[in-house]
Amino acid sequence: MAEAINTGSETREVLLHVEGLKKYFPIRRGVFQRHIGDVKAVDDVSFDVYRGETLGLVGESGCGKTTTGRTIIRIYEPTAGHVIFKGQDLATLRANEMREMRRSMQMIFQDPYASLNPRMSVLKIVGEPLEVFRLANKEERRERVAHLLQLVGLNPDFMVRYPHEFSGGQRQRIGLARSLALNPDLIICDEPISALDVSIQAQVVNLLEDLQEELGLTYIFIAHDLSMVRHISDRVAVMYLGKIVELTDRDALYARPLHPYTQALLSAIPVPDPVIEESRQRILLEGDLPSPANPPKGCNFCTRCPQVQDICEQEEPAFIEVEPGHFCACHFVTPATQSLQ
Amino acid sequence: MAGTQHLLEVKNLTTRFHTEDGVVHAVNDVSYTLNEGDTLGVVGESGCGKSVHALSIMRLIQIPPGEIAGGEVIFRGRDLLKLSDDDMRKVRGAEIAMIFQDPMTSLNPVKTVGFQIMEALMLHKGMDKASARERTVELLTLVGIPEAAQRVDDYPHQFSGGMRQRAMIAMGLSCDPSILIADEPTTALDVTIQAQIIDLVKRLQHKFGMTVIWITHDLGVVAGLARRVNVMYAGRIIESGPVKEIYANPHHPYTVGLLGSLPSHGGRTSARLFSIPGEPPDLVGLPPGCAFAPRCQYQTPRCFKETPSLEEVGLGHTAACWEKDKVRRV
Repeated sequence: MAEAINTGSETREVLLHVEGLKKYFPIRRGVFQRHIGDVKAVDDVSFDVYRGETLGLVGESGCGKTTTGRTIIRIYEPTAGHVIFKGQDLATLRANEMREMRRSMQMIFQDPYASLNPRMSVLKIVGEPLEVFRLANKEERRERVAHLLQLVGLNPDFMVRYPHEFSGGQRQRIGLARSLALNPDLIICDEPISALDVSIQAQVVNLLEDLQEELGLTYIFIAHDLSMVRHISDRVAVMYLGKIVELTDRDALYARPLHPYTQALLSAIPVPDPVIEESRQRILLEGDLPSPANPPKGCNFCTRCPQVQDICEQEEPAFIEVEPGHFCACHFVTPATQSLQ
Repeated sequence: MAGTQHLLEVKNLTTRFHTEDGVVHAVNDVSYTLNEGDTLGVVGESGCGKSVHALSIMRLIQIPPGEIAGGEVIFRGRDLLKLSDDDMRKVRGAEIAMIFQDPMTSLNPVKTVGFQIMEALMLHKGMDKASARERTVELLTLVGIPEAAQRVDDYPHQFSGGMRQRAMIAMGLSCDPSILIADEPTTALDVTIQAQIIDLVKRLQHKFGMTVIWITHDLGVVAGLARRVNVMYAGRIIESGPVKEIYANPHHPYTVGLLGSLPSHGGRTSARLFSIPGEPPDLVGLPPGCAFAPRCQYQTPRCFKETPSLEEVGLGHTAACWEKDKVRRV
């Protein structure tokens, strides 16, 4: 069902279609482990990812962005919803079918220290996917690993070394080489640069962009750093407490954010320019993120929203398309208010 | 600026760690001065010595394996490095306070938040329990803890990350210190909470005329907060100056590279990021010459032989680079 959706003049292929995805983690108490509630980590999330694009998924810690990524690739079993990738609903696949599917969707992780096995050489780490799927004999594997290391900017001679001999940036490159081993279509990048130093972040981001161009990759780029997301993404989805509150083109989001949370989030990013900083007005949010085990009634953001009204505490706003390609979930952002502006 | 009395004068501060792998040269020959009411940003990547330099000022380096190998830290006319342990304890918290990156590990989990703040007041200010408690509630209210009179008896785990950092700031402020050293206080927090904390520190500084040293890797935070900036690399200050000067007119290739590697705010978002090639050096056995030379696009043979020292490039603006006149912002 790799259907083509017609958006205006151009036709773009939907590579991944996520619909109504939910992931609840049960809370159990007592001797009998009674089920007393759920942490609603991902609560009814829907979006499309087009082939060849980068979709940024941003939000603060605990908003469910990482869980969304992990549920798509079925590291976590979804509680409800559909994940349609290349025409198949991943949520219903059996384990062995899912393993086949993972050849074309890979993930790279935040912590380059925890995501590589310290007892395996680089050759073993990067070559393991080929071994698991029996795609190459020993000699071919060696060649392929050498090629992959070159692709990510590492010296192929490094394949005999072990992870502890590498710096954080180099380890992230190794993780990337491993994810590329099976020629995937989609890579879910879960905060791939947030553990790295500023000067190394730029190296890794440039590498991701080069590889996308060269290999036609599609990325879901999960991050909390909004300025880097702005740099790398084509479209951006903003999450708050398990839900997507706004989703649109990168430029539209940053130029004209509609949701009050997006507005506050963007205004909170420090700008590395003292002249701009001097004159900037910040929207300061009061308080902290509510617990996803006990989200507020109505709109999730109603406890901190500067523009809160009565209706926000009663009814949950729908996630609607307020202008072509621009989705937002707020009672006070509607297609009508848009045409007025 | 000879003759005028600075609040804090750091002279040739050098800190080393003796480890199994060899001697780690964490802070090398760091000198700067700080006046009353200043806000100094100290920027650099992990391992550049920015935190160790602050811990050395506070004399919180564990000896051994650490060693403050040389230099002076003159605070109000006294060299802190020469004080007895007892005298130093009276300076810490009371005159120079420090807040840390991770508020969870710097608060005691089995004591209430209130007790930990009261402790400092009773110790340094000789307050009795009742007045210390009263002052603690005032402080917690000041830093924006809701219902402080009730929350004062909470344990750290009952506070959220942002609230814990507020409590740490309340603790830091409790004895009206002249200098507050903030070591990456917002790095573990979300941006919206970070904005709250920065706003709070700015307001408090305005109110009490406190001097602040803000250590961070985030050039954005420094831009909005600091008046002066020290950029550190491999244990040295490689550029120092007024914040606007440094951002508009950087003269060290490392500063230029750091600024260039950030995505720009507005404008050419799809342009490639400038990236500094290579990795920061290992602080064990640093080779002679400029530590940045192997990664530098302006390198000359001289850079690998002689270490440049900070020299004036503008008003109150210094850079340590042999090629500083050729360096241009990218």
